[in-house]
Amino acid sequence: MKKPLTIRVKRAFGPVVEGEAVVSDEGFSPRYDLDRWSGVITKRGHNLEGVNIRDKVLFFPTAKGGIAAGWAFYDIKAKGIAPKALVFGVTNPVMVQGAVFANLTITEGWSRDPRACVGNGDIVRVDPAAKTIKVLKRV
Amino acid sequence: MLRGERGEPVRRALELQLEVGKFYGARRFVPVSNVHMMGDIEVMGDGGLDHLCRLAQAGARCRVPVTTNARCFDFAHVERLGQDAGEAAKERQLIGYLRRMNVVTTDTCINYQTVYQPHFGERLAWGDTGTVIWANSVCGARSNFESGPAAMAAAMTGRVPEYGFHLDGHRRGTFVVEVTTELKDYAEWGAMAKLVGESHQSYFAVPVFTGVKRAPTADELKHLGAALASYGSMAMYHMVGVTPEAPTLRAALGERRPNGRMRITRAAIERVFAGYGNPDNSCNFVVFSGPQQSLLEMKQLADLFDGRRVHPGTTVMVTTANGVLSAARALGYAQKLEAAGVTILEGVCVYILQNLTRMRAANGWTNMISNSAKIVNTITAHKFNTILRRTRDCVEIACSGAYR
Repeated sequence: MKKPLTIRVKRAFGPVVEGEAVVSDEGFSPRYDLDRWSGVITKRGHNLEGVNIRDKVLFFPTAKGGIAAGWAFYDIKAKGIAPKALVFGVTNPVMVQGAVFANLTITEGWSRDPRACVGNGDIVRVDPAAKTIKVLKRV
Repeated sequence: MLRGERGEPVRRALELQLEVGKFYGARRFVPVSNVHMMGDIEVMGDGGLDHLCRLAQAGARCRVPVTTNARCFDFAHVERLGQDAGEAAKERQLIGYLRRMNVVTTDTCINYQTVYQPHFGERLAWGDTGTVIWANSVCGARSNFESGPAAMAAAMTGRVPEYGFHLDGHRRGTFVVEVTTELKDYAEWGAMAKLVGESHQSYFAVPVFTGVKRAPTADELKHLGAALASYGSMAMYHMVGVTPEAPTLRAALGERRPNGRMRITRAAIERVFAGYGNPDNSCNFVVFSGPQQSLLEMKQLADLFDGRRVHPGTTVMVTTANGVLSAARALGYAQKLEAAGVTILEGVCVYILQNLTRMRAANGWTNMISNSAKIVNTITAHKFNTILRRTRDCVEIACSGAYR
């Protein structure tokens, strides 16, 4: 494989993780969109309706509403259905506070739009200290 | 604090705040004088409850006044709503832990209408997005969205990292919304917020409303803000001639050029209302909640429901805060609503009610109809189809059983 595609991110927190990418066109709230018992996105008509987020690296352009996300990540991590990382184009402090509280990898801002260069199921590596996301394996 | 001299809970709280501050490039901490936090069993789950239990057992104490947001149980209605008794017991336990840590359990998302009115420039750590956007926009106070664990941390350390809406640079308006029509109902204010929020989803987007002809009421601003925060994840807006940091358009924009402009026309508002579908033509669940109702909203509903009956098979829920309900009883509003068959719930919000997904299925509620644009957005994870309608239409639907 040639040199892996790299996306640089603006801000990041958390441990280095690798996982399967899920790329969404629509924003995300663990309150409005997610069934927090199964880990499946259940909002009617959501771009990812029916997708299970467990162990995935999730790419969302935006974060939606919702203070409750602060507890939600900790809760879904305790239930064993948390994603590996949250990669946002633009996020909000609730997502950041919630991710830090749950020790879940989170990033904001991207040098190129993942919707154009990362496919669902690709294996990606998120490195918060280096502020990079690398596509390791294409499906 | 980081050396642990004030105990492990304070050390961990400050560590959380430091990481969040680092993420946003904060340069220092600033003291806060009031905290409002969201914490109930539905939102925090067993993981969060364990966390609170450990904090309480470690002797954690909040050092600034802390109030709590709406929760997921009104204990007087657990059985009637078919909620889980085990979860209700956990909720009582959770409330006990909070009180042990010096938290004032007010159970309201309208703290700014009932408990605490911050002053211009006051630093806060508030949770519930609707409370934050109110504080920043209407009061000129300063708060970011502080979720449960972050608000709890601020309560223990008495400070927050200075980023986001604590900084002048982020408080300036970023785009202009020209309002060319008069908004006549809470639902219309919410519809405008949906249009503005959905098209500009960003925490750091700050709309500046111009052209608002009539001075809005507190409840109108409440619905506008709550819905902007919900659809747009926004924490602040300006309204020229109305909000304190917007004496003029130029001042609201901080002498900068706006990134964009949009217009809100009558036709656009009508399109919002026309845009909701009703898959099975049912309308047996009508909600006045999210945010909780103020006393004046309770009065308006009492007047509209006075002498009427909720249609058989339809459920109408109204949620409000303890103090408001007490006044509404003293004034006879609550009795009028209950005589009409309306269920009044205290200290809760409908979209966070424990067991809501199953409640929906058990009652055959396909649609939720409300005059609150916020709840029309937030309740969707429970698989409701949601429909925004004006207050009078909601009451008509509730009493006639006919969709309109």
